[in-house]
Amino acid sequence: MTAPAALRLAGWGFRHATREAWAVRDVDLTVAPGERVLLTGASGSGKSTLLRALGGLLDPEAGDPIGELTVDGAVPDRRRQRVGMVFQDPDSQLVMTRAGDDVAFGLENTGTPPALIWPAVDAALDAVGFDLGRDRATGALSGGQKQRLVLAGALAARPGLLLLDEPTAQLDPDGAAQVRTAVLRAVDARDATLVVVDHDVESWLPLVDRVVELLPGGGTVEHGRDWRPAPPRLPARQQHPPGEQLLATEGAGYTHRGSDAPGLLPTDVVLRAGRTLAVTGPNGTGKSTLALLLAGLRAPTTGRVTAGPALTTGLRRPERPPHRWRAGELVQRIGTVFQQPEHQFLTGRVRDELSLGAGDTARAEELMERLGLAALAEANPFTLSGGQQRRLSVATALATDPRVLVLDEPTFGQDRETWAELVALLAEQQDGDRALCLVTHDAGVVTALADDVLALGAAVAA
Amino acid sequence: MSLPLALGPARPVPLSAVNPVAQLTAIVVVTVVLLVSGDLVTPAVLLAAELALLPAAGLTRPGDVLRRTWPLLLSAVGVAWVNVAFGSLSGADAWVSGATWGLRVVALSLPGILLVASTDPVRLADALTLHWRVPTRFAYGALAALRLVPLLAAEFETIRLARRARGVDAGASPVAHARLLASTSFALLVGAIRRGTRLATAMDARGFDSGTVRTNARGSQLRPQDTAFVVAVVLVCAAALTASVLTGHWDAALG
Repeated sequence: MTAPAALRLAGWGFRHATREAWAVRDVDLTVAPGERVLLTGASGSGKSTLLRALGGLLDPEAGDPIGELTVDGAVPDRRRQRVGMVFQDPDSQLVMTRAGDDVAFGLENTGTPPALIWPAVDAALDAVGFDLGRDRATGALSGGQKQRLVLAGALAARPGLLLLDEPTAQLDPDGAAQVRTAVLRAVDARDATLVVVDHDVESWLPLVDRVVELLPGGGTVEHGRDWRPAPPRLPARQQHPPGEQLLATEGAGYTHRGSDAPGLLPTDVVLRAGRTLAVTGPNGTGKSTLALLLAGLRAPTTGRVTAGPALTTGLRRPERPPHRWRAGELVQRIGTVFQQPEHQFLTGRVRDELSLGAGDTARAEELMERLGLAALAEANPFTLSGGQQRRLSVATALATDPRVLVLDEPTFGQDRETWAELVALLAEQQDGDRALCLVTHDAGVVTALADDVLALGAAVAA
Repeated sequence: MSLPLALGPARPVPLSAVNPVAQLTAIVVVTVVLLVSGDLVTPAVLLAAELALLPAAGLTRPGDVLRRTWPLLLSAVGVAWVNVAFGSLSGADAWVSGATWGLRVVALSLPGILLVASTDPVRLADALTLHWRVPTRFAYGALAALRLVPLLAAEFETIRLARRARGVDAGASPVAHARLLASTSFALLVGAIRRGTRLATAMDARGFDSGTVRTNARGSQLRPQDTAFVVAVVLVCAAALTASVLTGHWDAALG
């Protein structure tokens, strides 16, 4: 049995060994036992570093700390057993093949007698509302179910301090809501102090007592429960009348090999010049698969994808469907931006990455200038921040000036600042010649950019 | 065809009742017998016994068996062919030598496939750490890494598609294919290391390898049926060797 932990930070800061700038500094913060705090701030303000420090996970050789940071009056290293942590990606937190075994993992590590483990496992599974049973295979769970299981693993040892590092950033809205409900249930009795790091302030506000914002230059600002972040500025944009048809699917569906149920039911969509189509719907309805079909990366297993004359001009074999075009032909006509930007990087320099597609360096320079990447021209794409990587991946798709742009979850995991930048960038691409297709869970993006909306799900099945 | 990457049986199969360390002991016995015998009869008898065990490992449908064994069958055919085509023997002797080598490869590998098909890797790690004193850091570390393998297969496909979207494909040139495969694999490796680092941090946060002596919630029991299984395997091996000697085929491969 445990009591909630008390936290105290005084003039605390941390500098990574390889960097000159402080990752986080001048943090003064006191958290009373049982309090629930949301820690927010822009990308790179040091939120995650601070959370790891509280969890005792910062290797002293990884950099220099300054100031004071204590959990129940002692350095976090000595309070490791009092802390439960949950990170962003559920797949890199699960260890075991079965749900119950995974929750038991942490208890085994701390040397809990086996007789006490299973009651604690059942209590933790119950606390997060996981009712699929101990024997359920972890590999077959949805993202939200996996993350609730991870939460159960963190709760099983009855921690006095629960630390959550963007626990819903990689989940769809349903999964994210499930996890927040589970967190609320778990800390309802206030027998654990809660610190959540997230930039999705609105969703967590109902669950926390106060909000602490880390400022990029150091220091913090405190906000109460009634605080609301300023709404994002939406770009001004021009409506274009529907132009010529560039790309269409006719009853195109997709069934994964070895699977009985289709991943995407037969779907009809039309992409026209000057229009932006948003594809929405819950996970498992085949949104991303539809994007791959439109992008000419996969062949539909039923129906077909056809390109209009404006797109097929200049092709060696214009009668062929997009998935049979050669890659060099495809990239001139349809640009695709994947969910994970780093999958698409091919070179070691931002400049090379753009001139590879553009062919001439002048357009690469112009793109870098316009997208605010000029100062990073010599940087390795893999070392950029999440927001910068996202801008670069959009820039690489634009480098060949394609008529169609297909984007899969372009705003996934972005903070408010980069979200606004990205939406503005995409709005600039909505000229009369180009068609955009956005696959997204993000209602804000749909409002800001979409002319037409296709909601996949039960409606398509009917 | 996809690689056989499934992690243990979805539901326990009859062979799951045999403790993994008993299965490993049996595998050692079979391996030693196959390594010392160079004739056709010994691997043929052992292979027949192994095939008889397939249903006990839940492998009843030919499709399931093929999905698990195709890389193995391919290599057995390759080994047999190399022996027929490039061996020092000619005529019928060459074919016997090829068949012997092919059968040995299959008979050597099939026990491993039976183990993987019937055993939840968690039970294997439990048995290894509790009975054979394999360090928990190694056993559960390897287990965690194993979980990432199916994810890698999915990621490889995504990277391949992402490259096509950037205008990179190999066309018809085999050299370009090899280079593309190499660069895609490198990108996959970079991703795998980053994911591995995150996994290590998460395990660290859950107190893994923190110096405390680890307990085991499931335990791993050795029961009479495990001894019986090993004894039965030893008897089958003895029968195979006896049959080989009595029929006059016995031929020591080593020593």
